[in-house]
Amino acid sequence: MKATQRKTKTVLAGLAVSAFALTAAAFPASAQESSDPIKLTLHDWTGQLITTQLMGEVLQKAGYNVEYVQADYLAQFAGLETGDLHVAMEMWETTGREAMDAATATGKVENFGPTGMKAKEEWWYPIYMKEKCPGLPNWEALKTEECAEAFSTAETAPKGRYLGGPVTWGGFDDERVEALDLPFEVIHAGTDAALFAELESAYQREAPVLLWVYAPHWAPAKYEGEWVEFPEYTADCYNDPAWGSNPDMAYDCGKPFGEIWKVGWAGVKDKWPGAYEAIKAFTIDNDEMGAMITDVDLDGESIDDVVDSWMADNEDRWKGWIGQ
Amino acid sequence: MADVAATRSGSVTTTTAWRGLVVFVLALAAFILFWKFGEDIAPWAFEYPKKQIIPAARWISDFTKWLLNDATFGLFTFTDLTRFIAAVIDFPYKVALSLLASGLMSGPGSSAVQLLPPISWIAVTAIVTLMGLYAGGRRLALIVALCFLFIAVFGQWTSAMVTLASILVAVPLGVVGGLLLGIAAYRWRWLERALLPILDLMQTIPVFAYLVPILFLFGFGATAAVVATLIYAMPPMTRVTMLALRQVPSEVRDLGNMIGCTRRQMTWRVLVPTAKESLMVGVNQVIMLSLNMVIIASMIGAGGLGYDVLAALRRLDFGAGLEAGLAIVALAIALDRLSQAFANRNAATDETQARGFMARHPYLLAALGFVVLTGVAGLFVPAIQAYPEALQVSTGTFWSRVVEWINVNFFDTLEAIKNTLLIQLLVPFKRFLLSLPWAGVVALLAFAGFLLRGPKLALLVAALAALIAATGQWEKAMITVYLCGISVMFAGLIGIPVGILSAERDRLWRWVKLAIDTLQTLPSFVYLMPAVMLFRVGDFTAMIAVVAYAVAPAIRYTVLGINRVDPRLVEAGKAMGCTEWQLLTRIKLKLALPEIMLGVNQTIMFALSMLVITALVGTRDLGQEVYIALTKADPGRGLVAGLAVAFIAIIADRLISAGAARARARLGIAEEPS
Repeated sequence: MKATQRKTKTVLAGLAVSAFALTAAAFPASAQESSDPIKLTLHDWTGQLITTQLMGEVLQKAGYNVEYVQADYLAQFAGLETGDLHVAMEMWETTGREAMDAATATGKVENFGPTGMKAKEEWWYPIYMKEKCPGLPNWEALKTEECAEAFSTAETAPKGRYLGGPVTWGGFDDERVEALDLPFEVIHAGTDAALFAELESAYQREAPVLLWVYAPHWAPAKYEGEWVEFPEYTADCYNDPAWGSNPDMAYDCGKPFGEIWKVGWAGVKDKWPGAYEAIKAFTIDNDEMGAMITDVDLDGESIDDVVDSWMADNEDRWKGWIGQ
Repeated sequence: MADVAATRSGSVTTTTAWRGLVVFVLALAAFILFWKFGEDIAPWAFEYPKKQIIPAARWISDFTKWLLNDATFGLFTFTDLTRFIAAVIDFPYKVALSLLASGLMSGPGSSAVQLLPPISWIAVTAIVTLMGLYAGGRRLALIVALCFLFIAVFGQWTSAMVTLASILVAVPLGVVGGLLLGIAAYRWRWLERALLPILDLMQTIPVFAYLVPILFLFGFGATAAVVATLIYAMPPMTRVTMLALRQVPSEVRDLGNMIGCTRRQMTWRVLVPTAKESLMVGVNQVIMLSLNMVIIASMIGAGGLGYDVLAALRRLDFGAGLEAGLAIVALAIALDRLSQAFANRNAATDETQARGFMARHPYLLAALGFVVLTGVAGLFVPAIQAYPEALQVSTGTFWSRVVEWINVNFFDTLEAIKNTLLIQLLVPFKRFLLSLPWAGVVALLAFAGFLLRGPKLALLVAALAALIAATGQWEKAMITVYLCGISVMFAGLIGIPVGILSAERDRLWRWVKLAIDTLQTLPSFVYLMPAVMLFRVGDFTAMIAVVAYAVAPAIRYTVLGINRVDPRLVEAGKAMGCTEWQLLTRIKLKLALPEIMLGVNQTIMFALSMLVITALVGTRDLGQEVYIALTKADPGRGLVAGLAVAFIAIIADRLISAGAARARARLGIAEEPS
C-alpha cells in the first residue's frame, strides 16, 4: 500500500480538482503555457509506473501541473485521441504498434519518440531445462525429438508446448514454428498475468516450460533462465520469404528488438510547448529501468522512493530535459 | 374442485406433451440423418458461404464513426450532447469523491491544495453502522461495522472509498433511471414492447463490446465507467419496476380510482409506495451488478479497488489481489444487507411522527456529530483521520505460499484429473458441436421453439441463430456454446444438490449464502490466476472460473423452488408413507422444477457474462473476439461478436422460459407472478 500512496493521492487530487477549481494556481514555465494539468496514463505494470512517475516528477519540477489517470494500455487510445488524456509513456513497438499506428493515422495522436528503452521479446526457458535439452540456447536444439519431448505435455505430446503471448500481441509465433519446422505447438495465453502465472508454477516445480518473456520486466530478474537464440531478426526476414533457412516462408528468424515509444495527444505541442520538449527529450535505458523494477518488485521498495532516488542521482540529466 | 380441474388439465397437457415428444424425436432423427449424410448434398449448410457473410462489422464501425464525428442536432453535435451528460454525471461524482477520498481540493492537478480533509475513516464507519442500527438493529450494525473495519485493517481504505464514490453515483442514477423507464413502460404498452428486447441486449452484450464507443462519447475516466456501469446494472431495476407495478393488487388501484386520484397521484402516491418492497429487490440488484463492474471500470480510469486487483495479479501477488478482492466483497455485503434491511423496514414499520427535530432525527444528528468531531480531532491526531499504517494487517506472502504448496505437491494429481476430463469430455463435446451443420441447428432450434410455444418463438429463435451464421460467427459461437454448456452442466451438478441440501437446513444455508455472495462479488481475476498456475491456460481453467461464478443462481433458485413447495403437499406425501427419497424426488423436486429451470436459465446468463473474463486465459470463443476488438479499438467487430453472445443468451432464455411455463402448466401450478 505504501508504494502507491503518494501516487494515489495525486490521482485523487486530480480527480477532485475540476469541480472545485476555485483558484488557478499559476506558475508554469512561461506565461503563455496552460496551467491545466497534463494527464499521464498509468497502466498496471511496475516499469510503466516508474517511467510515468519519473516524467511526472520532471514536469512538476518544471512548474507544470500533472495528473495521473489509471487507464488500460490499449483502451487509452480513445482518450488520447479526444484529448481527455495527454501522454502515455510506454507504448511497446512489439505489442502496441498496431493500435499506435491506427491512432497516429487519425492525426490526433502523435509519436513523441523513443524512450531509449528497447523491448526484448523472445522464447525463454528456465536454466534447469538446459539439462533436459543440452543444445540450448541454440534454436536448432528445439528441432530434436528429445527436446520437443522434454517440453511436451499430455495435450501436445509428442510435440513440445510453447506458451505464446495473448493473441493481441501478435508476434508471429505460429508462423515461426511453421517456417522453422519446429515440432512445437503454440498455445496463446490470454493475458500477461496468465503468462507469468504459468512460469511461476513451472519454476516452483522445476517443470518444463518454454514461453514468451519480455524485458524490461521483473521475470528475467527473478527467475534464472535464458532466451532461445534464433537467427537474428532483420526486416527482410519478415517480408521476404527467400531470406533465411526456409526459402518459401517468412518469419524464419527471431523477434525484433523493438523500441518503446512515448505517445500522446497531438495538442500537447501547442498547449504546453515546454512540456512537449521535455517529454520528447526524456530517455532512460534498459539497465537503469531493470534495476528500478527489481528494487520495487523483488526488494519491496516503494515506487516513490525509487523515483525520488533516481531524481536525486540524475539531476543534471533531467534539468537538461527541461532546459534549466 | 380445484384439484380435479388441475388433474384434468394435467392429463390433457400430458397427452400433448407425449405427442410433442414423438414429433421432436422424429425431427431429431431427421437432423441426425442430415448431419451424417447431408454434407455432400448441401455443403453450404455445414459451412456458411464466405461470400454471403453480411458485413455487419463494417456497417457498425461506419455508423459509430459517423455518430462520433458528424452526427448533429443542428445547434450541437451528438458528441456535445454526450459530453454534456458526462459533465452532469461528473459533478456528483466529484462531490462524493471529495467527501470520501480526496478531501476538498482547490487548484488544478498536482498543485492542488487540500482545503478540507475527506470524512475520516471512523466517521464513515460510524455512519454506516448507524444506518445499520436504524434499519436493521444491532446485528446488522455489527455486520456492517465489521465489513468496513475489515477494509480499514487490511489497508484498502482509500481505494475502497474511491470505489464507493463511483457506486454512490451509479446506484442512485441506475435506480431512478430504471424506475422511470419502468413506470413509462408500465403506462405505455408499446414502450414496453420496444424496451424488452433492448433490456435483453443491455444485459447480455459483454461490456467490452461497447466500451470503445463509450470512451469516445463520454471521455476517458470515471464518468465513462459510471455510464458503462449504468448500461449493465440498470435493466434489472426496469424489469422489477414493470413487474412490481403490475402486481399491485387491483383493490388498491380501485381504491385509488375511487378517491379520485389523478394519474400522477396514482403513480407516485399509490402504485410506487405499494410496490416498494418489490422495488427494493431491484435496488439490491443494481448495487450488486454495479460492484461486479468494478474491475472493468478500473480499466478505463475509475481506479479504486479494481485497479489494485489488476495490478496485484500482474505481479502475481495473490495475497494483495485477494485482499483487494475481499474488500470489494465486504463493500458488497455491507451495501446489500443495508439495502435489504431498508426494504424490510419500510415495509414493516410505520413512522410515528415525534416531536422536535432532535428527537425525530437522532441517527442523522449522531452521524453529523461523528463527522464534525472526528474531522476536528483528525487535524490533531492523524490516526483518527486515516487508519494508521502501523496497525494495518496483511496476509503478505501467505496466499502465494499456499498456492505454491498446492502446486508443488498436487500438480500431478490435478493434471491427471484435468487431462481425463479434457480428453474424455471437453474435447469430444467441442468436436461434436463444431461438426454440426448450422442450417440443421437453426432448423432444430426453430422446431423446439415451435413445439414449446408456437410459430412466433420459432421464427425469433431461427432468425437469431441464422444471423449468427450470417455474420460469420458460427464457429466461435459453437465454441462459446461448448464452453458455456459444459460449465452450466457442472454448475448444475454442483449447485442443485447443494441447493437441495441447504434448502431445509437454515444454518447450512446461511453459510452457503455467504459463500455464493462471495463468489458472485469477488472479482474472478483473483482466483483465475491461481487457477492458471494449477491448470495452465486453456479451456479447463476458463471452465473453472465460469463454474465458480455461475453456480450461485443454480443454488439460489433450487433453494427458492423447494422452499416454495406447498407444505400441505409434503404432509400429504408423508401421510401416504413416502420415504424421504420419494418425498424429495416425487414431490419436492417435481414441484420445484419450474424454479430450478429458471435457475438453469440464470446460470446460462451468468456463464455467458463471464466469457470476456475467460478470454483473459486464452479461450478462442466469442469472448476472445470481443476482447481482441477492444484491444484493436474496432467497435464494429466487438459489437457484432457481442450481439452474437446476446443472441445465444436470448435463444436459451426464450426456449427455457417456454419450457418452464409448460412444465408449470403440466403441474397445474398457476403462472408465477414473480
